[in-house]
Amino acid sequence: MRLVRLWPENSHFDFMRFRRFSFPLSALISVATAIVLYTVGLNFGIDFKGGTLMEIQAKSGQVNVAQIRHTAEGFGFGDVEVQEFGTAGEVSLRFPIQSGGEAAQAGVVQKARDTFGNEYEFRRVETVGPRVSGELVQSGTIGIVFSVIAVLFYLWFRFERELAVAAIIGTLHDIVLTIGFFVITRHEFNMTSIAAILTIVGYSLNETVVVFDRTRELMRRYKTMPPEELLNLSINHTMSRTIMTATTTALALLALVLFGGQAIQGFAQVMLYGVVICTYSAICISSPMLIYIGLRGSETVKVPEGKAAAAE
Amino acid sequence: MLRFSKSKIIATLAIIIIGLLLGIPSMMSPEHRKAYLSAVPSWVPSWLVPSRAIVLGLDLQGGSHVLLQVDESDLVRGQITLLRDDVRRILRDTRVASQNGIQTIPRGVQIRVPNAADRERLMPRLRELAQPISNAVLGQTGNASVALSDTPDGAITLTLTDAGINERVRRAVDQSIEVIRRRIDATGTTEPSIQRQGADRVLVQVPGLQDPQQLKALLGETGNLEFRLLAQPGATDVDMLPMRDAGGQRVPVERRVIAEGGDLTDAQAAFDSQTNQPIVNFRFNIRGAQRFGQATTENLGRQLAIVLDNEVISAPTIQSPITGGSGQISGSFTVEQVNNLAVLLRSGALPAKLTIVEERTVGPGLGRDSIEAGKLATYVAAILVVIFMFATYGVFGLIANIALLVHVGLIFGLMSVLEATLTLPGIAGIVLTIGTAVDSNVLIYERIREEVHSGRSIVSGIQAGFDRAFATIVDSNSTMAIAAVILFFLGSGPVRGFAVVFILGILTTVITAVTLTRMMIALWYQWMRPKVLPF
Repeated sequence: MRLVRLWPENSHFDFMRFRRFSFPLSALISVATAIVLYTVGLNFGIDFKGGTLMEIQAKSGQVNVAQIRHTAEGFGFGDVEVQEFGTAGEVSLRFPIQSGGEAAQAGVVQKARDTFGNEYEFRRVETVGPRVSGELVQSGTIGIVFSVIAVLFYLWFRFERELAVAAIIGTLHDIVLTIGFFVITRHEFNMTSIAAILTIVGYSLNETVVVFDRTRELMRRYKTMPPEELLNLSINHTMSRTIMTATTTALALLALVLFGGQAIQGFAQVMLYGVVICTYSAICISSPMLIYIGLRGSETVKVPEGKAAAAE
Repeated sequence: MLRFSKSKIIATLAIIIIGLLLGIPSMMSPEHRKAYLSAVPSWVPSWLVPSRAIVLGLDLQGGSHVLLQVDESDLVRGQITLLRDDVRRILRDTRVASQNGIQTIPRGVQIRVPNAADRERLMPRLRELAQPISNAVLGQTGNASVALSDTPDGAITLTLTDAGINERVRRAVDQSIEVIRRRIDATGTTEPSIQRQGADRVLVQVPGLQDPQQLKALLGETGNLEFRLLAQPGATDVDMLPMRDAGGQRVPVERRVIAEGGDLTDAQAAFDSQTNQPIVNFRFNIRGAQRFGQATTENLGRQLAIVLDNEVISAPTIQSPITGGSGQISGSFTVEQVNNLAVLLRSGALPAKLTIVEERTVGPGLGRDSIEAGKLATYVAAILVVIFMFATYGVFGLIANIALLVHVGLIFGLMSVLEATLTLPGIAGIVLTIGTAVDSNVLIYERIREEVHSGRSIVSGIQAGFDRAFATIVDSNSTMAIAAVILFFLGSGPVRGFAVVFILGILTTVITAVTLTRMMIALWYQWMRPKVLPF
């Protein structure tokens, strides 16, 4: 039986060449993200914005979205977003946060149940008050900041300073591009999105760390090799694994996107995008970054050239 | 070397088998689980039989999650009223008059007593109010709940302290939890979970409840019942209270309370034998019965106001003295209303109003659909990854696949033992874990391939592959674990479920991908004695 190989053995591909394209490209996308984030902003879900979300399904399987919209607007609870989704007559309704405090919020659900209760099944009802949504924004932000700090500490302990700096730049790059994905696709940004971003932080570092582990090993073996060559060698060595892991993870996520159901689809799509971005950044951003940061700064201090050579 | 000691093999297998056995109950349907448990012979000790199934989150089994917050301003208002009553009582006792009555100020009350001799008599009594709050922990002096200050011109201010209010809020949450539990139990709802959350919140989770309206109605009422008299024309000291079913009309009610909810010993929903209307029968304790009997004797022919949460729900005319200690509340109620009312009266009043700050309800239909979709995605992901690993690594891929299946089984086993909750994002976590779990195997295999290609023998290549890949496996999994742990502490509910699965997935990878895989490869090698790598 012939086995599948996704990457040729003993490859000598010049990955460092990519940096001429990848650096400007990533810089451009990052700036664009910042601009769009500032001007348009994220499409916050009710977790962060507060308000009421209802998912209803017509018992008959038939819906008249226009009529639902008309009825819901007549409630007088502000702008209503009505959307058809899924397959069998499912409709989502979103009401903005009510000015009359938490008690007014409950009235929205009551009114909708009274009006649509006979013909529609209420599949999901979520109401988040202003206080809770504010706290969720806070804890989400803290989480992302904290994870970057925690990871920074881990890298600081486990790796040379240069490698740690490069890995962190790569991770920040991935966070920015993921947020860019949310801004551009108008994917709803909610608590699950924070989970997706944190998972991407983990995955991003995972990718970078595997390459850098190898870089460090090769640094010790080939003491005089120029950084570009050394980094190319590291990536070539680990490329089979990188491709394999990205593929298996992507396959699993693809299954989630296709079959996981409405509620989990968004998460899976973001993660799928994240796997691609993380793989790209490990190869085309973090590693070439080391050429500029300098690869051997701390290494030469740790292992004096002469002694190590004598020991070998 | 690739040799494993017997004890190590046994230990590894034991861990895996126990882990998998623990996961089995979760794989069964509830009926099968019951049948399986009853089939276990009675002489087997129960702790030996894995019986726990994974708890499904509300998003999967359907149900309601309601987060309530103690209304601090309501609580403070109540405290100020009490403080005002205390001050009034002290003024009366000491026969001191305040120049401008008792003024209510934000978070306190103020009086003005210009006469120094009066102040001399008054202050010690007022100071008693500023005593430290009685403590939950014995022998520990707490902060005063009321701060007292006076100015030379005779203005005396009593304000509630932050420490006092915080203590009140804390106690209010504890009491609320008790009252909520009694109220929910009375409705016969199964397995509610009621927990304190943070300083001033209560989280109520009720599985299987599709329409939380009734629950919310029960929790939204403070449940403070008072029996007072409707005021006669010209009376002073009255409150104008809204009358239920009277279109917002307000009626004058005497401020004096004859008896209150706390005096009740029982309340039951029933039907009036004559009119067939739904009513609530209640029974007073001795003190309540005495006062109620006296009041009804003295006020024959007048109307009694039954006041619930500052709303007159019914105002029957007193036909005859009610001295037996029991009575009934009638009015134009529905059956559901009297049921709720009876529950409210039986379970007592909430110490303060509770506001619903978050509500999430998932219908059972959606939950079922989510489970089905999650299962399907898990199977498809597993099949794709298994095929792909086999196509890439042949026999070694097969070994990785066995490790992968054990890995998923172990996650279920651990989740059952830890009583972790499986949520929809948790299912996503399992699927994602299926994708990333083989990463460790891939790292090892690629390393083995490299080592063998650089001239090592197969045995030494396998050995070196495992050894050298290990550091990388630890590094790469640690970074994932850091992110997952942060997510766990930060997230709530479903998101936390994802973090749990992910953390467990990372932990079990080390057992399956490193130890189990290594053992299987060692056995394979001893059996086949291959001359070249199979991939």
